[in-house]
Amino acid sequence: MQGNLAKAVKLTNLQRFRRAPLPRSYTDYLGRQILLLLLTIHGLVAFALITLTVILKKFGVAANVMHPRIRQEINRSGVSLMPMFIFVALALGFLVIGQTVSALAQFGATNYLGSTMVIVVVRELGPLLTALLVLARVGTANVIELGTARALGEVEALEAMGIDPVHYLIMPRVIGMALGVFALTIYLILGALASGCLFAFLANVPLTPSDYFHQITEALGWLDFALLALKTLTFGFFIAIVTCYHGLAQPVRLEEVSRVAVRAVTQGVIVCVLVDALFIVLYLFA
Amino acid sequence: MNNPAGRSAIIEMINVQITAMHDSSLVLVDNVDWSVQSGEFWVLAGPQRSGKSDLLMHAAGLMIPQTGICRVFGCDTREFDESQIFDRLRIGYAFTDGKLFNQFTVAENVALPLRYHNNLTDTETTRAVEVLLELLELTPVANATPGNIAANWRQRTALARALVLKPELLLLDNPNGGLLSRHRSWLVDFLDQLWRGHEFFGGRPMTIVVTTDDLRPWQHEQRQFATLHEGKFSILGAWGGNEFARNHAAQELLTDAIEKEKP
Repeated sequence: MQGNLAKAVKLTNLQRFRRAPLPRSYTDYLGRQILLLLLTIHGLVAFALITLTVILKKFGVAANVMHPRIRQEINRSGVSLMPMFIFVALALGFLVIGQTVSALAQFGATNYLGSTMVIVVVRELGPLLTALLVLARVGTANVIELGTARALGEVEALEAMGIDPVHYLIMPRVIGMALGVFALTIYLILGALASGCLFAFLANVPLTPSDYFHQITEALGWLDFALLALKTLTFGFFIAIVTCYHGLAQPVRLEEVSRVAVRAVTQGVIVCVLVDALFIVLYLFA
Repeated sequence: MNNPAGRSAIIEMINVQITAMHDSSLVLVDNVDWSVQSGEFWVLAGPQRSGKSDLLMHAAGLMIPQTGICRVFGCDTREFDESQIFDRLRIGYAFTDGKLFNQFTVAENVALPLRYHNNLTDTETTRAVEVLLELLELTPVANATPGNIAANWRQRTALARALVLKPELLLLDNPNGGLLSRHRSWLVDFLDQLWRGHEFFGGRPMTIVVTTDDLRPWQHEQRQFATLHEGKFSILGAWGGNEFARNHAAQELLTDAIEKEKP
């Protein structure tokens, strides 16, 4: 069947290329790595576009089966990670923000507190840290689950039942992860700011909580809210795409699953940093 | 698409090259010219790695031939995409090892195609699934996961999943492989009932294609036979015909099966 996954496999089959013998020379090795990089980018973009098309065209298809699956993925990528994020938010607040507040107070630079917090926590640390934690916790599980399903032939079984594997396996994960990263970032930022304020209070920093929050709200603009939402949704989308692409879009043998998982996490980190860099450019020009 | 007898060709392969699932450059069988008419029961026999499964996947439209034309229900499988989903659902396919979802129970595995294609909730499919499970004697293992049941029942669950949408064409990849003799004879009898027209499926005769590496359980003068051997696809016709006696591969498969069963 010329399904969506078949198209993705056709566009992205790198395994034969990867396994091909190569004469031992540095230039050949470098050439292969560059070609692999370009082919991987090509495959990822193609897979992202195919997935996006499926989400837009088939969101309402088989709603009684798919919507519970989407809720399950939101739970997996968001709700069930809450305890870990509460801990990370407290740690971030005590270790980073509290100390920044104390240092700024020592130099009498509390006027810069709002803008510093917005740049450090709201724009950068919050979204990036959330994305990396979700990648580590859920992304890795994604690659292993999908890689194993692929190696055991569950994908062929879905196609034999006339079920599009991109719709059934990928769409819930992409939506779940995008919404999960978005929601967890908000909670992480709120938790970190609140615990930072608590640290400042405990450390007797001459700054009242009302001044602290007033300065932060003053420094926040509508663009921060809009770009934060866009950035976190993009992070979630790409983490899901990278992990699902490595787990599913390439033919995988059972013994290759662990190697593929490592590759997916490395590429996930790179993609997150690249997306972050793109948003820095957006902030600078906006 | 109609033959002189007025029956329509359900599967039609013209000069098809069968390639391996995991390596499309590896040709397993060449020049397959084959036609399956509505209401026929075909047995494709061949030793392991002869390309039986790959041929069946081509016939189901799950693989696209590199060369030649493969039509299923009159539709070229190259154009067999989501717009032809109606035709796709007229085919029931069961893999040799079942390929069931281990996180689901037997009942959930069977219900999945029914729920997905009809947009039904779990409770809405309960009755239909229960009846089918009862028909296939799967009720005692309905709530077990596939990893916790014997291979015989897993194979039967795969058959139930292939039947749940009441297909017109049933393709079974080595359904007898590794089954105990009791399950083997049950399966042959059950498929015979389906082929003649089972009341659960509205009495409509089903077109069936099975692959096997042991010809003996399938002996029946009304079944059609073909062999795959050393990259060659040979149509033998009915059991006991002249072609059958002359075909070296068929004789070898019968002898091999007897040899395998010797203690």
